[in-house]
Amino acid sequence: MKREHSLKAIQKAKHTDKVMTAILYSVGGFFLVFLLVLAGYIIIKGLASYYPGILSFTSEGIGNQIFNTVYLVFLSLLISVPLGLAAGIYMAEYAKEGRFFRFLRISIESLSSLPSIVIGLFGYLVFILMTGMKWNLLAGALAVSILSLPSITTTTEDAIRSLPPGYKEGSMALGATHWQTIVKVLIPTCTSRIMTGVLLVAGRGFGEAAALLYTAGQSTHINWNNFNPASPTCPWNPLRPGETLALHIWVMRTEGSLNPHAAQIANFSSAILVILVLAFSLWVRILARQQEEKSGGAR
Amino acid sequence: MSNANASVFSIRSLNFYYGDFHALQDVSLEIPAHEITALIGPSGCGKSTFLKTLNRMNDFEPGIHVEGSVLLEGTDIYQNTDPIALRRKVGMVFQQPNPFPKSIYENVAYGPRIDGIRGRAELDEIVERSLKQAALWDEVKDRLKKPALGLSGGQQQRLCMARTLAMDPEVILMDEPTSALDPIATARIEDLVLELKQEYTIVIVTHNMQQASRISDQTAFFLLGRMMECGNTERMFSKPSNPKTEEYITGRFG
Repeated sequence: MKREHSLKAIQKAKHTDKVMTAILYSVGGFFLVFLLVLAGYIIIKGLASYYPGILSFTSEGIGNQIFNTVYLVFLSLLISVPLGLAAGIYMAEYAKEGRFFRFLRISIESLSSLPSIVIGLFGYLVFILMTGMKWNLLAGALAVSILSLPSITTTTEDAIRSLPPGYKEGSMALGATHWQTIVKVLIPTCTSRIMTGVLLVAGRGFGEAAALLYTAGQSTHINWNNFNPASPTCPWNPLRPGETLALHIWVMRTEGSLNPHAAQIANFSSAILVILVLAFSLWVRILARQQEEKSGGAR
Repeated sequence: MSNANASVFSIRSLNFYYGDFHALQDVSLEIPAHEITALIGPSGCGKSTFLKTLNRMNDFEPGIHVEGSVLLEGTDIYQNTDPIALRRKVGMVFQQPNPFPKSIYENVAYGPRIDGIRGRAELDEIVERSLKQAALWDEVKDRLKKPALGLSGGQQQRLCMARTLAMDPEVILMDEPTSALDPIATARIEDLVLELKQEYTIVIVTHNMQQASRISDQTAFFLLGRMMECGNTERMFSKPSNPKTEEYITGRFG
């Protein structure tokens, strides 16, 4: 005697299937629209606040702040990417399960959930007060690096762990050493995943404000004709104060509101910031794609 | 042993443990040069573990312990050989084709490169020769820069053979190299293995009785971590001396 398959139950299940599909599509669509509206609003309203001279590299414009933002993110990546990669490789390939490993993991997780103002104050204490220096870009970059380190570490570790074991076995069976296997097979294979992680971290760096308040500082004085990197007004000197865009927006909306253009500057800066992050992520994605094609990793 | 060829590997009273688990018990076996040795037996019998002791790919497992000796040309590989040097001499092809996510060329050139070969012309020559040896050259010669992962499963496995051959090994270990392939791709690999025995010594683990009888010169039958019987393949399949061997090859268990 074969079991009777209830037609009603099938119809009910199919109905639920349809309803859920519709719900999930609408949620996805809602977020897409929300994102477009938000980004569009910021960009359009911001660009509409344009006035001649706003892009100049003087105290009237925000050119210096744009430069500081890019330079600071660059400096922080210079610190956090090698360290994060090394830590991620260690966690995935060398660390042995045990008490120390679990302790490390908990440390990394808590580090990643620290509020950025706490990191900012820690940076102020260590990189400014204890070194006796003034606000400077390097201190800001270090503070942002502390914020990004856990994320790069975790991304690298996860990327390596998610690789099929066959890659490592294949390389080891050819007589490669562990390090050769890591450098020539494992890391190149997960470059695009790691780059995505770096991208997220950089995006956060672009927009970071709290961690920079008391590290990179809230002012910037650049003399573009100064090529002495030891001078406090040389643009390339990492030990000079360097206010970034995100901080500038905040300053303009608070104490800087005496500036007659304060609102316009804040709006325009926001637009530039959004565009900067978008352009940067596009660039990294193109880079990752090219890298993959060059190495022949893609299908 | 009825063959005239000298042994490449001499395994003497080998005992292998994963922690408390006694995976290989007192295994002794001679592996003659330029012959194909097939290792057969039901799942979990220790044949793969045994294969991996020959190039020390078991070293990475936690808690392993080895007793007895594995001599490669008279030298104990667990005492006097660096495992990295050993693996360059004793290559391995795995059950699942595992080309690197690099181009076809880079897959084959990988081994020579880590061996320190830098010259473009020399690498080109090694890549071409290895791909020809693996009977893959004609299919890929116009797309050497294309991703290896775009090849079919059978082609990928032959690429893995080429990658191993590019190291110029003496022995090639194969761990069920055709179990993930269709019958046509399997036949090509088998032809290739028969061809390669002129120059290399081959040890192959297989679940496929027909495969063992088709291609191997000597067969070793493993059961529960012991080697039950070993000898000339034809003899093993026609009149096995151990009743367990007969039960296994006639398909009564396994």
